[in-house]
This record gives sequence, C-alpha cells and structure tokens, in this order.
Amino acid sequence: MKGDHHMILRVIAKCLIPLIVIYAFYVQFHGEVGAGGAFQAGVVLAVALILNALVFGLTATMRAVPPWFTRSLSAVGVMVYAGVGVWAMLKGGHYLEYQALFGEGPGGHDGQHAGIIIIEVGVLFAVSGALTTIFYALAGRVAEIRDEDW
Amino acid sequence: MILESLLVSAPDWAIDHAPVLIPVVPLIMAAMLALSPSGRLSWILSMVATAASFYFALLTLGTVQSTPGGIIEYWIGNWDVIGIEFRVDALNAMILLLVTGMGFLASIFAWTTIAAEVQKQKISLFLSAFLLCFAGLCGVTATGDAFNLFVFLEISSLSTYALVAMGASRDRRALTSAFDYLIMGTLGASFYIIGVGFLYAATGTLNMNELATQLPALSGNRSVQVGFAFIIVGLGLKAAMWPLHQWLPNAYAYSPSFVTMFLAATATKVALYAMIRWLFTIFNPDFAFEQAIFTFILAPLGIAAMVICSFQAVFQTDVRRMLAYSSVAQVGYIILGISIATTAGVAAGLLHLFNHALMKGALFMAIAGICINYKGTTIRDFAGLGRSAPFTMAAFAIAGLSLIGVPLTAGFISKLQLGYALFDHGWWWAVLLVVFSSFLAVLYVGRILQSIFFMPPANPRKTRKEAPLMLLVPLWILALANIYFGIDANFPAGLARDGAIAALGLEAFP
Repeated sequence: MKGDHHMILRVIAKCLIPLIVIYAFYVQFHGEVGAGGAFQAGVVLAVALILNALVFGLTATMRAVPPWFTRSLSAVGVMVYAGVGVWAMLKGGHYLEYQALFGEGPGGHDGQHAGIIIIEVGVLFAVSGALTTIFYALAGRVAEIRDEDW
Repeated sequence: MILESLLVSAPDWAIDHAPVLIPVVPLIMAAMLALSPSGRLSWILSMVATAASFYFALLTLGTVQSTPGGIIEYWIGNWDVIGIEFRVDALNAMILLLVTGMGFLASIFAWTTIAAEVQKQKISLFLSAFLLCFAGLCGVTATGDAFNLFVFLEISSLSTYALVAMGASRDRRALTSAFDYLIMGTLGASFYIIGVGFLYAATGTLNMNELATQLPALSGNRSVQVGFAFIIVGLGLKAAMWPLHQWLPNAYAYSPSFVTMFLAATATKVALYAMIRWLFTIFNPDFAFEQAIFTFILAPLGIAAMVICSFQAVFQTDVRRMLAYSSVAQVGYIILGISIATTAGVAAGLLHLFNHALMKGALFMAIAGICINYKGTTIRDFAGLGRSAPFTMAAFAIAGLSLIGVPLTAGFISKLQLGYALFDHGWWWAVLLVVFSSFLAVLYVGRILQSIFFMPPANPRKTRKEAPLMLLVPLWILALANIYFGIDANFPAGLARDGAIAALGLEAFP
C-alpha cells in the first residue's frame, strides 16, 4: 500500500492480536491453579478487539464482531453463571453448590472442577462482551452538535 | 392466613430456596431480556419475573413468621461461614415484601408509560436494566454478607444511573442529573466499602452475624469506629439523608416517570434498611460512640430534613421536584424514628418507611399516568386535571392526603406511632416539629390539589383523557391500600414491630 504511514503499526498489530487472544485463554484456564482468572482474561480478550479497532478502524471491527454479538455475549455470560447455580439447585443442592452438580459424595471433585470452569467461562463472556460493548458505545458515538456550534 | 395457605400449597423446593430465588429469578430474566427481540414480550417476561419474586418474598415472610427464632439462613454454595449467607429475619422479610410488591405493581403499569417515553428499540434493554435494579435491591435486602451487600448495591445503583439517563429523550437535563447521581452514588458505595474494609481488618470476617458477635469485644477499637463512620455516611448518601440528598430531586424530576415511581418506592427504602441493619443488628446501640451518633447526628439531621426539605418543597413549581423534596423530608421522619433507638421508635420508622412507599408509589404512578396524555409536570400544567382525569387524580388526592397524614390514611397512623415513640422518649419538642412539618406538607400538597381540582384547565379544549386501565388498576390498589392501612393497620404495624424487634436482636417469634 503506497503512502500508508501505518504499515509498521498494522503489521505488528496483525502479529500481536492472535497472541493476545491466545494469552487471554491462557490466563482464563490458568486461573484455576495460579494467578489469573476470567476477569483478567475477559479484559485481555476485549483488548485484542479494541487494538484491532484502533489500528484497522471501527467499521472493520464492527463488521467482524458486530455490536449485537458483544451485547448478547455479556447477557449469555450472566445466564451461564446463574445457570450453574440453578443447575445445582435442580440437583438438590444449594444455589451455586458445585459439589451437587453431579450428585457426588464428599470425596468427589468433578463437580467442583466443572462448576468453577463453567462459571469462569460465563465471566469471560460477560466481561469481554461488556467491555467491547462499552468501547463500541463510546467510539461509535456521533456528536449531536458539532464542536464549532458550542 | 393468606400466608399460611400459600405455605401449605407451595412445593418444598420453593420454600427451601425462596430467599435466594428472590434476586436470582429477576437476575436471569434481566439477561434474557437483553436478548429479547420485542418490547412487549420483554414487558410480559418482566412481569413474570417480578411476580415470581413477590411470590417468593411472601413465602419467605411466611417461613420467617412460622420459624421459632424467626431467622432463615441460606448458605450459597453450602460454604458455611466462609461463604456468602442469605439471612432473612422479620426485618428484611418486611422490606423484601415491600420491594417485590412495589416492583410487581410497577412492572404491571410499565408498558403504557414506557411505550410513551422510551424509544421503541430500547424498550427491551430498559426493562432489562429495571430487572437488574430490582434484583440488586432484593439482593441487598436478603443478603447476610457485608461485602455481598456492596455488590448488590452496585448492581442496583449502576442500572439506576442508566435508567435515570433514559429520561434524556424527554428532557436533556436527565443526563446531568444521572451524572450527578452517578458521582454521589459511587462516593456512597466507596465509603461503604472502605468502612467494610476497616471492619474486615479488625475482625477478619464479612458475615454480618459473625461481625455482630465479634464487635462487642472490639467496640473501643479505633478502626471499628472509623469503619462505622464510613458505613453510615456511605449508606446515608444512598438513602438521601439530609444533607447528602442533593442528587435526589434532580434524579426524580428528570428520569422517566416509571423509573421515578419505582425508585421513590424502593431505592432509598433499601438503603435505610441497610442502615438499620448496621446500626442495630451488627453494631450495637449500647456502644458509647453509637449513642452519641444517635443523639447528636441522626436526630438533628432527621429533624433538619423534615423541616428544611418540606420548606423547599413548598416553593417548587414542578410537581415531581416537589414530591422529591418531600421524599427527603419523609426520610427525615424515618431517621428521626430510628434515632430514638427504642423498639417503638424503630417500629415507627419502619412503619413510616412502608407507608411512604405506598403513598409515594401512588403519587408518582398517578403522575406517570398524566405524563402519558399531557405534557409537562409543573403545577400549572396540572390545572383542571381533576375534571379531565378524575380517576387518576382522585387516587392522587388520596395518596396526597396520606402524605400529609390526614386521619383514616396510612400516613396518619405512622406519624401517630412516631409521635408516641417520641413522647415515650421524652422528646416532646420533636413531636411539635413533626406536626409543624406536617403543616408544611398541607401547604405543598394543598398547592397541587388546589390546582388540580379548583382551577380551570389551562387548555379548556382538553378532552377527557384518563390514564390507561393498566395504570389505573395498580394505582388504585396503592390508593386503596393507603386507606385500608389507615383504618386497619394491624398488618403493616405488626410487620414493623416484628422487624424492629428483630433489628434490635430480641427474640421476635419465641
């Protein structure tokens, strides 16, 4: 592309964005055993999209990941989290009682594992969806009055 | 009696999980509404969610009243004391019933007014935010965990800011008032959480019941006292305690009329509940520093609110601002009742809290009905409406009389109780001030009623336009409740008395 001042920026961003996304998932799944977790992962994932929007433009990003999708993603995230709680209730436990998910005895840990991973996925959806939605709302805002009219 | 038959007919799972289902059902439904394609469908689903919460709140109240000791404990995730507890006793069972009941009535009339005031494509998201706010308020009331209370408080507050800002399509000043509310509300929440942090540092627990057992030994501890101060200021901001009420008049005046009605009937009430919980159950009124707070801070602030804000209300030209100032004044009555720190005083405060929700709910609902057909909410715009919308305005008048405290209305009973409690405490001068502030209420309510019933319509060609039926039904339920509870106050007075007893840590249902 001739006359493109942002060539380096674009190439670097193209290399970085997949890495950021992978890192987000690393933080997501590492959260169970070490530092990290779904909140941070959701933020990192949203950062990948925001970087894309900054470098390649908002319209291109909105075409790839439309606003209705990010909004729905955050709603689905809440439903996943709360749904695990209801699932535990249906199995006869208290709300969000992971131990009850598969009806295990006191020795079993499958329910604890599955429960925490599923709710973390819900948090990932909710946080990344909400952050991207907020970014879209702020960046896509059209001024009602031109600056000169003030 | 009704409660018992409900309890008998309810399935076991509903009774077991009722405390947690009250906030969880609207929370999940809020997420669903964000995906819902049609506004009308969202409205029906939101009614279902609030009705379910109301049902579970009734079950909770029934269970609390029939349990010896009167306390339900529900451990989320079964983590025992290290986890989050939902703890319902007679005090929060009453507030839960109030919040869910008002939420249910609000969601019934929501459609008619939202369709008139909110853009079509935003209706689903608007109702989703309403349900989030509703779920947050229920959660604040039901939880027994100091930090969890903060989380639910923020859920309700954040959605409230968005709801208030939605008034911008009618009046641009909604945006600045939402921003003011956001700043003040966030300050309040931060103060609260700082206070909880101090208490956590001193005790190592966030569970309210654990805090209550550990604090008496630590009452001389400086960080406990600082934490107490932060929490009271933070919750005072949320409850619009004078002089921390500056966000309230604008937020009530410019938000969509549906939001005004819902907030006026629930939001400050829940913050006041949290304050009662901290003052009486978690901290102990026997602590020396708390005694001083009651006499030298809460009582003067309560009195200042009911006198000064009633004065300010008299000089307002906009009906909604006038009623908003009156709300701050009513918060003053409630705080004055609390500051006596006797069972009778807290019971009078709680009863007034309950009755105030009924009357302000009815008043703002009637105003919402007027906003559908007539533009403008200044007193002059209300001229002659008694002729063009008699049913709406008759209900408005009943609630207005109840706000003054005319005999045979609910407002009279609670002011009477407050007066008795003050006399018993020896504060006869405060009784005089209550009467004086009621006289101011006569002035400002009288100004509106005079304009409605005795002035010719501003525009004589205005045809007879009543509010829609979906609004009149919940409106008249509230108006008749104002009369009924003014004649036979056994039900709310009983709830308030049990609530006060539970708040003060006495055995409510031996």
